[in-house]
Amino acid sequence: MNAISTTPPPAELEWELPERGRVAMFALIAAEAAIFSIFVVAYLFYIGKSLSGPIPAEVLSPPFLYTVCLLSSSLTIHFAAKRIRSGNVRSFGAWWLLTIVLGAIFLYGTASEWHRLIYEDGLTITTNLFGTTYYSLVGLHGFHVVVGLLGLTTVMVFTLFGTVKQEHAERIDVLSLYWHFVDAVWIVVFTVVYIIGR
Amino acid sequence: MRLRGSNKWRFLGSQILVFVWSASAAFADAAPPFSPTNIFAPASTPAKAIFGLSLFVLAVTGVIFLVVFSLLLYSVVKFRKRKSDDGREPPQVYGSNQVELAWTIIPILIVVALFMATARVIASVQKAARPDNAIEVVAIGHQFWWEYRYPALGVVTANELHVPVSNDNHPTPTFIKLLSADTDHSFWVPRLAGKTDLIPNHPNSMWIDPHEPGIYLGQCAQYCGTQHAKMLLRVYVQQRAEFDGWIQQQRQPATVSNAVSQGQRIFETTACINCHTVAGTVANGHFGPDLTHLMSRDTIAAGAAMNTPENLQQWITNPDAIKPGSLMPAMQLSDQDLNALTAYLETLR
Amino acid sequence: MSTESIAWPSTPVESRSFVDRLHEWIATVDHKRLGILYMIYALVFLMIAGIEATVIRIQLIRPHNDFVSPQVFNRLFTMHGTTMIFFVIMPFLFGFANYLMPLMIGARDMAFPRLNAFSFWMTVFGGLLLYFSVVGANGLYGAGNAPDVGWFAYAPLTSRTFSIGHSTDFWTLALLVSGVGSIGTAVNIIATVLCLRCPGMTLAKMPLFAWLNLVMAGLVILCVSPLTAAQMMLVIDRYLGGHFFDTQAGGSAVIWMHFFWVFGHPEVYVLVLPAFAFASEIIPVFSRKPIFGYPVMVGATVAIGFISMSVWAHHMFTVGMSSAANNFFVISTMAIAVPTGIKIFNWLATMWGGKIEFKTPMLFCIAFLFQFLVAGLTGIMQGAAPFDWHLGNSYFVVAHFHYVIVGGILFCLFGAFYYWFPKMTGKMYDETLGKLHFWLFLIGFHLTFDFMHIPGLLGMPRRIYTYEPGRGWDTWNLIVTIGVFFQAAGILVFLGNLIWSYFRGKVAGNDPWDAWTLEWSTNSPPPVYNFASIPEVKSRRPLWDLKHPDDPDWEYE
Repeated sequence: MNAISTTPPPAELEWELPERGRVAMFALIAAEAAIFSIFVVAYLFYIGKSLSGPIPAEVLSPPFLYTVCLLSSSLTIHFAAKRIRSGNVRSFGAWWLLTIVLGAIFLYGTASEWHRLIYEDGLTITTNLFGTTYYSLVGLHGFHVVVGLLGLTTVMVFTLFGTVKQEHAERIDVLSLYWHFVDAVWIVVFTVVYIIGR
Repeated sequence: MRLRGSNKWRFLGSQILVFVWSASAAFADAAPPFSPTNIFAPASTPAKAIFGLSLFVLAVTGVIFLVVFSLLLYSVVKFRKRKSDDGREPPQVYGSNQVELAWTIIPILIVVALFMATARVIASVQKAARPDNAIEVVAIGHQFWWEYRYPALGVVTANELHVPVSNDNHPTPTFIKLLSADTDHSFWVPRLAGKTDLIPNHPNSMWIDPHEPGIYLGQCAQYCGTQHAKMLLRVYVQQRAEFDGWIQQQRQPATVSNAVSQGQRIFETTACINCHTVAGTVANGHFGPDLTHLMSRDTIAAGAAMNTPENLQQWITNPDAIKPGSLMPAMQLSDQDLNALTAYLETLR
Repeated sequence: MSTESIAWPSTPVESRSFVDRLHEWIATVDHKRLGILYMIYALVFLMIAGIEATVIRIQLIRPHNDFVSPQVFNRLFTMHGTTMIFFVIMPFLFGFANYLMPLMIGARDMAFPRLNAFSFWMTVFGGLLLYFSVVGANGLYGAGNAPDVGWFAYAPLTSRTFSIGHSTDFWTLALLVSGVGSIGTAVNIIATVLCLRCPGMTLAKMPLFAWLNLVMAGLVILCVSPLTAAQMMLVIDRYLGGHFFDTQAGGSAVIWMHFFWVFGHPEVYVLVLPAFAFASEIIPVFSRKPIFGYPVMVGATVAIGFISMSVWAHHMFTVGMSSAANNFFVISTMAIAVPTGIKIFNWLATMWGGKIEFKTPMLFCIAFLFQFLVAGLTGIMQGAAPFDWHLGNSYFVVAHFHYVIVGGILFCLFGAFYYWFPKMTGKMYDETLGKLHFWLFLIGFHLTFDFMHIPGLLGMPRRIYTYEPGRGWDTWNLIVTIGVFFQAAGILVFLGNLIWSYFRGKVAGNDPWDAWTLEWSTNSPPPVYNFASIPEVKSRRPLWDLKHPDDPDWEYE
């Protein structure tokens, strides 16, 4: 995976430590996972405890299509990272763009679901415990998708300007770690909200 | 006195236990004049169970303290650098597996012993059986006063809790259900039981079986706002006959007297009835304490002042002087109205 | 100053204007400067929070005192607790970690210098936001008041119904902002320790300081995040009409407690582990022996880190949990005493057989050992849940945690200040003043916090602006208050010593303590690049190896 070394390693000490960007991203992911866990715990705790208002079974339908889009974007970003590591910037750009599109479709799905919930089903964050915990949890995840898309779009812009090169592969990898995390969180959120909670 | 080997330690250990025991006994014996809220002067079974556990925990931690303290003191004295030091470094010791094992295993054993003693007391208090003749009280915490209801006996009162004394042969404990109307509070009368919180939407339960009549003091022990400090507790433990008499009296509606009809009218036409209840009249407010038998209480404002005519007037016109930040509003009354009103309140026995 | 290390060829340096120098400090990303900025920031807030404590104690010097109103008192204890934890102790510890970590592991800076600066300024901003509430929050009773909900801000007291105006929002937002800073620093520490160690310094060879701060950073990542989440929920409740903690809508007040203490308990280990780090560096040097049982110390630290995530509800024994839950938290709380005790024994064993020098840093660390022993034992007492049904929420708890934070952590911090002051400034502090500070503060600390246990045992709850006479609390409260003035005197001596010694102290040299870790191999103060060349190490005490080439550590480790 790494570029092939052209000089022999130093005779005395082999000293290789992890890359700082990767370690930092894992640490950040751990912190974010802890934040999400609290919202998930609150969601699970409050299942069935709303005193009034619409309940999940009445208004929620699992967004399978948008979920498939988001989870596929993990696959596309994986391919993109592979391409840039082997130096194929154009192909990288294509897969990267596809990732962004899939993420954007997912966001559109969330938005349209919320539109329906608010205007047709009368469920808002203030309606009841279900409303509060649902919008908070799904919203927090959506916020992380937005942040991720901002990062991905920034890289896209740089790619279009031609400044992204093979040597940036490690940084792309670190960013894609974040994106994989966002997708993994969605798996948890989807299970808790649309399967367990209904 | 020179003692050999293990005898020395046994002697030391027994001395420590004696010291701890007599210190706590001193605390306990001296309780009423020393402190009416001394946790080492239990007068009820839950408090006694905690007291027993606390002695055990204090003894164990006391021994640990003495041992480690002595070792620390010894090392600091014995291994200090002397003036006559030769400047060489002492032997560099990196560790010892046996020693590490020893001071891991022994603390684990101590922890296990402490846990078992603790679990036993938790069970004895939290899982105590409720006998059929238990007195049932519902305590509702408010900012900054206590509401007490005796559902089976048809009594509603405030701030001063009356319970019958209990003896071990025929126990008559009081089981208290703890609710809250607003924020978190905590019921703590140290000589009767450990504290239990009153949390809205989270009913709790506790019990007491005081063994001696008397007045037991305490106060709210969970910060609940501005006047948390003056949400005081008074528990009156009475002989059964006296308690029954009190119940009878509390069940009566308010005494009506023509002599104070003017005061009663003032009470019923100003804002008083928005918050207060006087049974048998139109006053049916629930935000503030029930006043039907106001004069049967020793204190007002949840213990913040003694129940005297002057204090009552002060409380009505300027509650901030007694309990700043309490939710009783200052009533704007003329002196004449105030006197009439107070005269009326003083008939509410 | 020192001439031993290679420096850049000297070029004439024009004297820079005050504004230029100020800009250098404000725009710095150098870990040493950021470390010092953190420490200065923390010292300022130590004064402010200390004054808050002094006013609290004056109000409580006798029953029914009226030095301050209940409203002011409630704000004082809220601000005192919040300030001390988030804007005094944490910045002190982050400051030392930032300053020392790269030096101790042979690196040139932290892994992410700009993130370092960002995190610092977020912390600063958080503190300023909290204190802006004094003028900026509009409450029902007038222009501006500080939060008064207690530092743990229990629901539903924090709901809009019971906390009118914006004072609670200042609490929430200040901590949200500084929490971002804390997480940033933690990420930086983890990346630095894992990625920037110099050649030869495996994890098993890095100073305990690095291990303890690594575990601390891991705890910050895992525990500050739940607080952030809970505060987001509180903001949603207060501003978006959410019902997370709205008991009227079926919400739970207890769940706030769980979320808060999931943060709150590991937080105290976040505070104490770096203090352990200081003790683990100072005690060996002044006993002239290596730390006893390094691998066990590492293991105990990691164990403490893990177990600390499982004890939180021992702050909730009175809340009405089931006996099964109570039992679980009793056992986890008592379990954590085992690795903690192991650490005390290892420090004791480090001193055992040594040649102890009673310089000021060591005096503070020795006092720490005695005091932390007591603090740990009063913790065990409260871990026995039924005993805690009395002790909880009483002055016994207040005495206990001040014993840990002041008697344990602050004493170690003072030790650290004196120990590393020569390295950071190049000057020696005045030893006589240092000892004066120690004795004054020791007397004051014990007057206040030893006797504070007693009102708790006699039924005095915490957070009360006044108390009734006739409960046996009066004399003890008087003694407690008197101790405050000794502590204040000690701190003034401390500050005076720092300032005077900075300007007039004797030149310290690279290694005034004859110590063994890498920071003592470079100049005092270290050059911007820390080391002329990155060192290579073979043992845990690289300077011991250099000073004792015939008897190096790596033959024994």
